[in-house]
This record gives sequence, C-alpha cells and structure tokens, in this order.
Amino acid sequence: MSLTAKDKKMVKAFWAKVSGKAEDIGCDALSRMLVVYPQTKTYFSHWKDLSPGSAPVRKHGGTIMGGISLAVASIDDISAGLLSLSELHAFQLRIDPANFKILSHNILVVLAVLFPNDFNPEAHVAMDKFLAAVGRALSEKYR
Amino acid sequence: MVEWTDEERAAISNIFSKLDYDEIGQKSLSRCLIVYPWTQRYFGGFGNLYNAEAIMNNPMIAKHGTTVLHGLDRALKNMDDIKNTYAELSVLHSEKLHVDPDNFKLLSDCLTIVIAGKMGNAFTPEYQASFQKFLSVVVSALGRQYH
Repeated sequence: MSLTAKDKKMVKAFWAKVSGKAEDIGCDALSRMLVVYPQTKTYFSHWKDLSPGSAPVRKHGGTIMGGISLAVASIDDISAGLLSLSELHAFQLRIDPANFKILSHNILVVLAVLFPNDFNPEAHVAMDKFLAAVGRALSEKYR
Repeated sequence: MVEWTDEERAAISNIFSKLDYDEIGQKSLSRCLIVYPWTQRYFGGFGNLYNAEAIMNNPMIAKHGTTVLHGLDRALKNMDDIKNTYAELSVLHSEKLHVDPDNFKLLSDCLTIVIAGKMGNAFTPEYQASFQKFLSVVVSALGRQYH
C-alpha cells in the first residue's frame, strides 16, 4: 500500500491548508492519545503533568508535528528523510511500533474535529496511508 | 461483564441523542468503503462503487449505513449485556454474510472520525474514550459467534 502520485499530491495540498495549526493538532492528538489509550502514558513517566493541553504535552505535540512536516517535505523518500528520527526511535526511544498506529488514529480524529469540511474521505485515505508510511519509516531501524 | 461509569453512560447517550442516523450512517459507511477499499468486497450487489463520488452518492449505501447505525441502538439499550444482545447478529455476520471480523474495527474507526467531524470540540478526549470503549465492546460481541 505505497503512496501513489495522487496520494502525495493530496497530502501536500491538505498539509498546506492545515500546517498553520500544526501545534494545536499535535497538542490535541497527544492529549487524546494519553486519555483514550492510557497505556501510552508509560512512555512519559518523566513528565510532571500528563493532563490534556498541559505544557509538556503541548511542547511535545509540536515536536511530533515537526517530524510530520519533515515527512511531508520528504514524501518522495520518507525513509531517507526520516533517517535520523528512525535511529532515534530505534535505539534511544524504543517506542513499541504499535503506538505509531495509535497516535496516527488520534491525529486523524483531530483533523476531523478541526477541519470537518477539508478532511473529506479522499483526504482521509491519503493521510491515513501517509501516516502509516511514516510509522513504517520510523520503525525501519528497529531490527 | 463490562463496567460502565456514570460518566461513560452519559457520554454515550449524549452522543447518540444528537445523532442524525441517516446522515452519520451514510457518511460512515461510505467513508469506510473509500478509506478501506477492500471492504467493498461485501457490497457486490450495491451498484456503482467505482470512485469516491459514486460511493458518496450511492443510495443503497446510504440506506445500508442507516441500517448499520440503528444496529448500534441495540447495544445502547442493553449496555449491561451487549454480549448476548448481539449473539444473533454475530451469527448472521459469520454464517450468512461471511464478513471478516477485522472489518468491524475499520467501520468503527470511520464512525469515530465522522462523529468527531460532526461534534467538533464537543467530542472531548473523555467522550472519545467512552465512545471508543462502547464501539470496542460492540465489535467484540459481533465477533463472538465466529468459529
């Protein structure tokens, strides 16, 4: 299920529309993930405040969206573009890759909440495929 | 037995009370067929599913979306025994419709996203948690009679 030319075009166009709110998207997606999938809190035991919209959640949401932006810019070769992030996740963070799917789902929910008209079924399928490709690129160095 | 808090019951009943079954049913099912095109395998007799536009304008899909959503009413009315409430529907999906139960999760993800789009910020993280819990219990009950 690799990204077609049509998918890439859709992702770039949609991202151009929504990237202005990247930090809000990241903050809300991460907040939702920590509430709806409490097992994900285990990766953040070093944070003082895991409540929705807290300072560490907002900051980290922004960091994650920076990675997504990088992936959009590298959409023709996501693995190459995310190489150092892939090494970070594999050797230092060691986040179970099942969690990439969980965060992706929450990003899609937030896109629906914030952009109900733009996030139509065609944008949805392209973004779902894109986020899955990002997850695969991030898990590339795991073993 | 699934335990529901008062907040979860309130969230779920609130979400359903505001639902336009025709609108949300049509949107969720057509989104599922577009985002996960392999699900179209179960709709061979439903006419034109050639592209996203055809799917979104297909009246048979719209009608079926409403049917599926009303199926959730059974769980809503029997939250303390969803497992047994769906025994018959589970047999139907397994023996007659031959639906791979993995598909139930795909449709429930699309339903979550459509409702998020409709409710906006009113679909809080807590509402999302309650709703997803509800759907996962339904999905589990629907898969129970498969053998």
